[in-house]
Amino acid sequence: MRRRLQIAAAAVCGGLALIGFARGGSASSGAGGLASAAARRSAGSSSSPSALSPSSASAASLSRGRRLFVSSCSACHGFNAEGLPGKGPSLRGVGALAADFYLQTGRMPLPSPKSEPTRSRPTFSQPDIAALVAYVGSFGGPPIPVVRPSRGSLARGQELFALDCAGCHTIQAQGGIVTGAVVPSLQAATRTQIGEAVRIGPYVMPRFGEGELSEGDVNSIARYIRSTQKPEDRGGWGIGRIGPIPEGMVAWLLAGACLLLIARLLGERVSPRRLR
Amino acid sequence: MSGSDRDRIADPVRFVDERLGAAKGIRFALSYVFPDHWSFLLGEIALYSFLVLLLTGTFLALFFSPSVDHVIYHGSYLPLYGQEVTAAYRSTLRLSFNVSGGLLMRQTHHWAALVFVAAITLHLLRIVFTGAFRKPRELNYLIGVTMLALAILEGFAGYSLPDDLLSGMGLAIAWAVAMSIPLIGGAFATALWGGRYPGETVFESRLFIAHVFVIPAILATLIGLHLAMIVIQRHSQFPGPGRKQGNVIGTPMWPGYALRSLGLLAAVAALLVLLGGLVQINPIWLWGPYHTYVGTSGAQPDWYLGWLIGALRIVPGFDVIVFRHDLIPNPFWGGVLFPTIVFALLYSLPWIDRRFISKESASHHLLDRPRDNPRRSALAAATFTWVGVVFAAGAADRIFFQFGFGYEGVIWFFRGAFFIAPPLAYLITRAICRQLAREEATPLRGWRGRIAARNVSGGFDSMSE
Amino acid sequence: MSAFLRALWRGIVLLFAWRGGWLRKGRRPHESDPSQRTVGASARAERAVVLLLLGCAAAGMCFTLLFILEPQTQLLGVSLGAALAMLAAALMLSSKLLVPQETKVEERPLPGEPQEVSAAAQELRSGAEGITRRRLIGAAALAGGTGVTAAAVVPIVALGPRIDSLMRQSGWHRGRRLVDDLGRPVLAADVRTGSFLTAFPEGADKEQLGAPVVLVRVNPALLRLPPRRRGWAPQGILAYSKICTHAGCAISLFRSPLNKPTAPGGPALVCPCHYSTFDVLDGGSVEFGPAGRPLPQLPLTVDGEGALRAGGRLSGPIGPSWWGDSA
Repeated sequence: MRRRLQIAAAAVCGGLALIGFARGGSASSGAGGLASAAARRSAGSSSSPSALSPSSASAASLSRGRRLFVSSCSACHGFNAEGLPGKGPSLRGVGALAADFYLQTGRMPLPSPKSEPTRSRPTFSQPDIAALVAYVGSFGGPPIPVVRPSRGSLARGQELFALDCAGCHTIQAQGGIVTGAVVPSLQAATRTQIGEAVRIGPYVMPRFGEGELSEGDVNSIARYIRSTQKPEDRGGWGIGRIGPIPEGMVAWLLAGACLLLIARLLGERVSPRRLR
Repeated sequence: MSGSDRDRIADPVRFVDERLGAAKGIRFALSYVFPDHWSFLLGEIALYSFLVLLLTGTFLALFFSPSVDHVIYHGSYLPLYGQEVTAAYRSTLRLSFNVSGGLLMRQTHHWAALVFVAAITLHLLRIVFTGAFRKPRELNYLIGVTMLALAILEGFAGYSLPDDLLSGMGLAIAWAVAMSIPLIGGAFATALWGGRYPGETVFESRLFIAHVFVIPAILATLIGLHLAMIVIQRHSQFPGPGRKQGNVIGTPMWPGYALRSLGLLAAVAALLVLLGGLVQINPIWLWGPYHTYVGTSGAQPDWYLGWLIGALRIVPGFDVIVFRHDLIPNPFWGGVLFPTIVFALLYSLPWIDRRFISKESASHHLLDRPRDNPRRSALAAATFTWVGVVFAAGAADRIFFQFGFGYEGVIWFFRGAFFIAPPLAYLITRAICRQLAREEATPLRGWRGRIAARNVSGGFDSMSE
Repeated sequence: MSAFLRALWRGIVLLFAWRGGWLRKGRRPHESDPSQRTVGASARAERAVVLLLLGCAAAGMCFTLLFILEPQTQLLGVSLGAALAMLAAALMLSSKLLVPQETKVEERPLPGEPQEVSAAAQELRSGAEGITRRRLIGAAALAGGTGVTAAAVVPIVALGPRIDSLMRQSGWHRGRRLVDDLGRPVLAADVRTGSFLTAFPEGADKEQLGAPVVLVRVNPALLRLPPRRRGWAPQGILAYSKICTHAGCAISLFRSPLNKPTAPGGPALVCPCHYSTFDVLDGGSVEFGPAGRPLPQLPLTVDGEGALRAGGRLSGPIGPSWWGDSA
């Protein structure tokens, strides 16, 4: 069921993406490669209202999204997604991309505007999410990206991840900290969510435009992250893959405890009475 | 000698004795007495870990190439295929993936290093809390503390060799710490690295020689001295029936203790090999190669340097700058001063004890139990708690990531605990020791004698059973 | 109340002591007579030892075969580990249940005999008998020893020191283009607000400490740069050295609040090693953590093609410093 929904969502996304891509292409001076100056320029101006005509989502879905938005999101983001000062930012122009990311990862709705959005089970059902995404997307903004890890290069993904992502997420995408916030693990992130997060820069994460990370780069990064989700633990039990802290704990709590036990067993001779 | 009266035991002994006169020595060794107490085995665990380190390390050295020349990786691990790495890193990948038994050896080696230093630390705790460092064992104690320092250094050198992301970040910090030493820091660090970090190719080969030859050779020599001194003085022992300054009571080397000790050797080796085969340690392929311009969150040294990263992290941010010249860069406080103080305390312990704690300088072959000298135990507990707090601060980011606390708050907590925890540990330990001492009618373990007290009339009163 | 607390404390200590086996009160010591020997092993113990040794042999063979045929790490570890574990068990069992159990008293030679000390001292002294100019010879020997020691130690000078002008060389100078890790020029338009990019001086060795800089872009209205640095951040694009001034790690965290009113702190660069946090808006000052100096900033210009170029040198010394280093 869930999988079918995902496929349906992906199909919708694909359609939306095509529209977005076509528009981007027509705005630029020609097709060109992914890292072409044209793509860079279009990314540089991505904050301008763009793309996605409201007609691409059905009117019924939109009104349902609007209803859900008013009941669940408007307390912070305002009745017309214009944002409320000190609470939630305006959602006009953030696009389907951002709405999909925050809702699919359960980061929204937030318990309070000041708390850090963290990954959890989505609050809304998939149809509700689709409606909300359509509603937020109707104000314009980037569509849900299509990420194809299979087109990426694993080695380049590793390099880019080490350069741009590992500082916070750790090189094995296990999550960490930054002063002021907790950095999420990427072990449950889907390829689409990776592509979305790279472009949004949720909470305190930096965001990357086409100029910094091209679509091909995002494919590579997604492919690398996927490899960390199914890692090659050739050495055996991976103990979290976060380095020396769990190793030290195994050395002390497992090996140390075993050896102390053996020492206790060996340390004293068997008492003569027990031998009889 | 006819075939029939061959003695398979006596003949080899005779062979050696007639050439070297060794029969007496053999008899001495066979009847050497080891006191019966489990805590005397902690040092042996360290010794046997060292043996495992030597054996596995020799195997690894056959395949490792200590060079930071840049090469392109074309090996079997795909996420790095085609990346620019160093020859050291590539050879470590190769020995992990393409050499039979290589990964087992590497992981066993690394686990053995962690257990080696852990066993030394436990051994040190035993020595400190039982007063075994007192006269006449001060010299051997100093050797022991030196071996702890060398073991830490040796471990760090090994951790730094493969030139993966974590070792590179560790070396960058080591460079900064070396540079921060007052007056000579710049000269010292540039001399060691052969220029500025990340240095010319000479540094990797210097590190390699230090790791596989210089430090192990010194360690092996010191281990020999350590054991020789024990044999000259005989083991110390806990008080008990018949146990006196002038004797050692326990199990003789042959046959009981030799088998026991060999059993421990096999057990240590078994545990390390099992860990090496089943629990992944330092998967450098997952960390990737190091470049000066990349870093990963949560980078940590092996546990025995955790107290230094903790110290570096909790120091508030300031450099001592005089007239626009940096005199004492910040890493000095956590990376140089703190370990210097800790090792100075360890080295001077026998004299501190003599002057301020026990306030006597007699020879002691009978050990104290921790409760027998509450002040020493409390001071030791306070000192180790102090180091322990800093150690915990080094893992704060990771541990508190799991609970979601803010990092700044955690650091302020540890800055407070740095000052508050030691006195608390002192008071608690002293109270526990005193309580335990009070609870027991017989202060000495297993001792069932009578305490006689001189009474006013000049006779003796029996106080207790 | 205090009596209750005291009783509670006593209870806690005793409980822990009892659990930890620290209390020996009332337990019969097994060494009732210090010196004694018991001989004799049970048939069961003998059988167990033999079985363990045979098991050890089997596991050892297993390891040998695996090593040659299928050297898979886990299988190797388990087989060798099992062989050693069975050997350990056999040895421990035989040490405790097979061989004679013996407790022995050995005399301890107590060191420190005064006659020996004076005799040894006398012996040492007698070596100088008949020598008249002892002090002169002693001084000469000292001089000789010093000379030899100096000669033995001096090769260490070959190592260095090598503090020279190179220490602070960064590869950055006015007009040098910024390129990314693949050597492609970085355009001003590539750097989006809230983004984070690592750049290098065109044509320089990327591994040198002075080379890498991080590019970030903020809203120019928020900048609080010192007056001297006016014009260093065209369009709000800032460049800072990527090497932490604390311990030389790569500053690879950029905290970039998306929605400033609800996020913690302002935009900041953070080092992953010890979490030194540098404020990007006011020229890289230390906001938190152990770093003692601000992050050096690189002045930027945008050339006619829209590419970023260095507008001069970095504002301060790169990376960790040393005694007497200009700060």
